[in-house]
Amino acid sequence: MSKLKIEALTLIFGKEKEEALSLLKQGKSKAEILKKTGCTVAVKNANFEIEQGEFFVIMGLSGSGKSSLLRCLNRLIEPTSGKVILNQVDITSLQDQQLQQVRRKEMAMVFQKFGLLPHRSVLENVAFGLELQGVAEQERLEKAQSVINLVGLHGYEQQHTASLSGGMQQRVGLARALANDPEILLMDEAFSALDPLIRTQMQDELIDLQQKMHKTIVFITHDLDEAIRLGDRIAIMKDGEVIQIGTPEDILTSPATAYVSSFVEKVDRKSIVTAASLMFEKPTVAIYKKDGVEGSLRKMRSSGLTSLPAVSADKHFLGFVYLKDILELKAQGHKTIEKAILRDLPVAYPESTVEQMLPFIAENGRAVPVVDKDSNKLLGIVAQTSLLIETTGACWQNVNGNMMDNLQKEIV
Amino acid sequence: MRIGYYIEKLINWLSFQGEGFFDAVRVVVEAVVNSVEWLLLLPPFYVLILLIAFLAWKRSGWGLTILTLTGLSLIWGMGYWTQTMATLALILSSAFIALLIGIPLGIWAAKNAFAGKLIRPVLDLMQTLPAFVYLIPAVLFFGLGKVPGAFATVIFSMPPAVRLTTLGLKQVPRDIVEATRSFGATSKQLLFKVELPLALPTILAGVNQTMMMALSMVVISAMIAAGGLGEVVLKGITQLKIGTGFEGGIAVVILAVILDRITQSFGLKKEIKV
Repeated sequence: MSKLKIEALTLIFGKEKEEALSLLKQGKSKAEILKKTGCTVAVKNANFEIEQGEFFVIMGLSGSGKSSLLRCLNRLIEPTSGKVILNQVDITSLQDQQLQQVRRKEMAMVFQKFGLLPHRSVLENVAFGLELQGVAEQERLEKAQSVINLVGLHGYEQQHTASLSGGMQQRVGLARALANDPEILLMDEAFSALDPLIRTQMQDELIDLQQKMHKTIVFITHDLDEAIRLGDRIAIMKDGEVIQIGTPEDILTSPATAYVSSFVEKVDRKSIVTAASLMFEKPTVAIYKKDGVEGSLRKMRSSGLTSLPAVSADKHFLGFVYLKDILELKAQGHKTIEKAILRDLPVAYPESTVEQMLPFIAENGRAVPVVDKDSNKLLGIVAQTSLLIETTGACWQNVNGNMMDNLQKEIV
Repeated sequence: MRIGYYIEKLINWLSFQGEGFFDAVRVVVEAVVNSVEWLLLLPPFYVLILLIAFLAWKRSGWGLTILTLTGLSLIWGMGYWTQTMATLALILSSAFIALLIGIPLGIWAAKNAFAGKLIRPVLDLMQTLPAFVYLIPAVLFFGLGKVPGAFATVIFSMPPAVRLTTLGLKQVPRDIVEATRSFGATSKQLLFKVELPLALPTILAGVNQTMMMALSMVVISAMIAAGGLGEVVLKGITQLKIGTGFEGGIAVVILAVILDRITQSFGLKKEIKV
């Protein structure tokens, strides 16, 4: 079961919500509804599920409805229709007191503008959520202290929040949310107000923290780079609609609409695109012992390649064989290719990024073998040209189809 | 239109029907004012002067301390110590009552749009209606003396407390309120743990204004026998005793400056902290 499920969630701002809602059901556009009823459709029929422990990013430009959608999750804004189901309980049907309990125990929020209390110290700010729950002073200060140590605020406990830098203030915001030990962390453009360097640092720290905590995180951002860095999955919103949901790699390699691809073009793909999405599965291989000198030559001739990856009968990667070496062996009268196999070559894994594979090209000019980490079985190869296309920033769509077909022949 | 006629009817009806209520209010207010006055006159004058000077030094600094010492000694030297204490007692009690009613009203007006709309014109009326106009019903309700004086003072000095409380609460940044709600705060927790502390500097400015407004009613309330320094000034006016009038006036000014600086210092201190 999913941790958090959003069902047909719609949010309309304005007076004639009912009428706007029925127009929306008839399939009228946002602009038409605004013209007829004066109502703004902020979120339109959002449907998605978030798994336990997942880092889910909602990305969109300002006005896309992403922050409003987030606020519907803990009902800081009441959704007009639809359901928000947390652990099988529909949050939209809860009474005030039950909702307070959900906000206290299950969902905590981090804000773009921090929302800290200027009349309290860092320690008291962090303990604030526990204070609202009525936790005894000593216990809540102890808990707050442990979270403060966790987020790197040690030594700042007694400072007033206004005297801290933006990055430090957001650490307080994060610590305040974590002190409640919530199941779900809602983060509304949490790092958008920070300087680029501090932002990157905070992103890294959040990733580290998440590896320890395994919280379910819903993170809002307008920055696709940030979304890709942080998210296990990303939902892209435009004009109140979720237009694509997928892993960062899904979004980069198969953008659903032109709007998404216009974003994707600007993203630095080197650190995101992995060997798994670039590799040719089932490449032509020389199978050691089964394919002798003659067999290997035949495969090279039919595929037009001058080198082949060599694998054992159970597909373990052994190395590469080159045409000239095999011809040499043939001249010497050898039957097996054993002596021609170039061994101990660097290999990539399915999750290796383009960035990590780049040095391979510089080193030897061969295709990059991709093997399974545990079994060392050859899964496929990544052609040099693929790597070069990724690094020069060209999009797959721009690459000529024939070229794709010829890639393998060209460089192996 | 005989509006005056109906108002007169209403006031008469009120004073007759509400006699028990007004009597009760009278007893309580009189007790409060008298006990404050008794407390102020309990220690010898020099002890009280030193106490106030110490407070001035604590809250503000040497300048105000010297001003307090010389100013209050001058009042004593002019022979108006008891009248000044009577006035101070009346002001402190009235301001206290005005704040007791005004701050909750201000909170209500900030929280409830309807209440805000209802309260605003009433405040305008309280501030602009000439004070003499409600002195007469005050006398009808409470007779002559300190209590109607306090009543008129409360009416005149309450609006800034209400207005500045409302303003202070409305100025609390929305993102802080939202963050507090997102952590599951009840309305009560939101008000007492976040909104009121953040609005405090503005509310304290309201307290200061209420004090000053109360002080400005001193002479007017003396016209219905509230006593104190107002009586001294009034005597100066009615009997054309220029010297007496000025002496009373100077005493009022000294009291005003000291009260203003001390109450202001509370608001300022808070603001720096924030």
